[in-house]
Amino acid sequence: MNENRNVKIRVRNLSKVFGSQPKKALELRDQGHKRPEILDKTGQTLGLSNIDFDVYEGELLVIMGLSGSGKSTLIRCLNRLIEPTEGEIVIDDEDIPQLDDKALLECRRRHFSMVFQNFALFPHRTVQQNAEFGLEIRGVEPAERADIAQKALKQVGLDGWEDAYPNQLSGGMQQRVGLARALANDSTVLLMDEAFSALDPLIRGDMQQELLELQHRMQKTTVFITHDLDEALNIGDRIILLKDGEIVQIGTPEEILTNPADEYVKRFIEGVDMSKILTAEHAMRPVRATAREDDGPRTTLRKMSEHGLDSIYVTSRDRTLLGLVQVDALEQAAHQGKEHIRELMVQDFRTVGPEEPLHNLFAMFSEKSFPIAVVDAEKRLQGVVVKGAVLDELAQAGEK
Amino acid sequence: MAIEIPSIPLGQWIEGGLDWLTTEYSGVTRGISRVTQTGIDGLNDALFWLPPWALLLIIVGLCWWVSSHRLAIGAALGMALIWNLDLWDPMIETLTLVVIATLVAVVIAMPVGIAAALSERLYRTIMPVLDFMQTMPAFVYLIPAIPFFGIGSVSAIFATVIFSMPPAIRFTTLGIRQVPVDLIEAADAYGATRRQKLLKVQLPLSLPTVMAGINQTIMLALSMVVIAAMIGADGLGSEVWRAIQRLRPGDGFEAGIAVVILAMLLDRVTQSLRKGRKA
Repeated sequence: MNENRNVKIRVRNLSKVFGSQPKKALELRDQGHKRPEILDKTGQTLGLSNIDFDVYEGELLVIMGLSGSGKSTLIRCLNRLIEPTEGEIVIDDEDIPQLDDKALLECRRRHFSMVFQNFALFPHRTVQQNAEFGLEIRGVEPAERADIAQKALKQVGLDGWEDAYPNQLSGGMQQRVGLARALANDSTVLLMDEAFSALDPLIRGDMQQELLELQHRMQKTTVFITHDLDEALNIGDRIILLKDGEIVQIGTPEEILTNPADEYVKRFIEGVDMSKILTAEHAMRPVRATAREDDGPRTTLRKMSEHGLDSIYVTSRDRTLLGLVQVDALEQAAHQGKEHIRELMVQDFRTVGPEEPLHNLFAMFSEKSFPIAVVDAEKRLQGVVVKGAVLDELAQAGEK
Repeated sequence: MAIEIPSIPLGQWIEGGLDWLTTEYSGVTRGISRVTQTGIDGLNDALFWLPPWALLLIIVGLCWWVSSHRLAIGAALGMALIWNLDLWDPMIETLTLVVIATLVAVVIAMPVGIAAALSERLYRTIMPVLDFMQTMPAFVYLIPAIPFFGIGSVSAIFATVIFSMPPAIRFTTLGIRQVPVDLIEAADAYGATRRQKLLKVQLPLSLPTVMAGINQTIMLALSMVVIAAMIGADGLGSEVWRAIQRLRPGDGFEAGIAVVILAMLLDRVTQSLRKGRKA
């Protein structure tokens, strides 16, 4: 899916040594020594070693690793909050490690907005003033930046809170302010450093969902750091797995789940074998609503809006699956005053049996966005499987 | 037979150094002296020009504004007592000395404190100097002040500034250093220059701590300007000094109580400023 996308950031051969003699540590690394030996011999910590990857324009790239894997160092090397020891980080033809102080400031202002794990909001500034921070630093006129900040706050659902101070807000709301501060800045890249890790699980799920929607709408190039597999699978277009300062695997969530690069990844996603044991039945959800073939378009539309659906399966009285209708076809039909939805049904959805292994379902999702229908031998509708559910099921199995 | 170890002539060296400073830099000291004296006279004149009741009302109003009606009532009673005891004029003179000394101390301390917060090397150089300034018995500063600036209020200011400056420096440094690193990181990430970082993040966030330091400086300054009566500073201190010489404990306590009232007022007002005005 990435072949014809533009590269936004190209990272090559990036290494970071913490300590006063980085050269020595890199020499040892080149001789094939690993992180613990280098620490023993030189007292230098090899934070990152030979990192190569690209960030494509408009994608949401997740960098995932456990603590100590170097993920925080990596994201901070991108905007040089941490100085890389060697390597290239090219964004729009500028090699970031080579920039002088002034050019670096300019680069940070234009290209990077950052959202932090512990929010890092300025406690002496109001929500509005926090959202304006990046623009203020860049010298945007007060009236203009107030306007932009308001729009950003609205996007994250915080309109009406402009004059509150961060300590008056809940954790979830504080992180929305952090997100608004980043969005208002309108930089080309969004860096999110464990942005949702400090939130409780329910809020976290909501925030992930909202980030996905925002990302879908704005196509903002995003680099997202997390230690949480669920989160990575849920939001990532692609995932980079990091271990001991090295990249173990880069791939889409499906690729990583179905085809782990080595033992480490396998252990990370222990549920990977589960995808062969787990079947469609495990990930299946009850159908929220179905339509009858002799229902009218308006009844069906109302039913769909009640349940928040874009498409609905049509069954006969004994739940035999007949087809699927979509909301736009229904609306048209309603206008034209058609009586039955029978003639609107389409058949290009996928059906599987309850015993279908989960890993076979991945491929089906990339073709169509409809939920997959699970039917028994008599073609009776048992349930549906949506994309997130497959990954959730695998991820949960992996944790057991 | 006792072996005689000659004592190190430390005192002589210091005196030699001070003599040299006095003669070589007499122009500088005279200049400082003139400017400081002008400041003292100007502020004294302004405060004396106001009738006591007007100044009293201003002070009460200020207390009300920055804090509560309780402080305002306390201020009114305390000021009225000082007026009644006929200590109004010396109280004004003391207040002037405290204000000028604090201003000078803060003007020097803020940049030094900021610089020490941002430079590890300066920090390590300056901390022992501050220890020295603070632990040296306060009276000792009075002695070199006389050859520098002569008997009188300017010498009192000099000694007071040296004695009262350390907390303002220390607290400024502390305030800036304790700004959470993630906020510094956030400012950096959005491309703030050092100056923007200082003005928009570090200083505003260190303000409560800086104010605590200034409060300390004011308290130390007050205690020092009273002692400075020994080298001819005017004010409540000289009332106490006179009472000592004439062995009149009643007069001494009256002046002492006036100092306490002034101290409490200055303390409460600056504390309230530190906590931010009542919401």
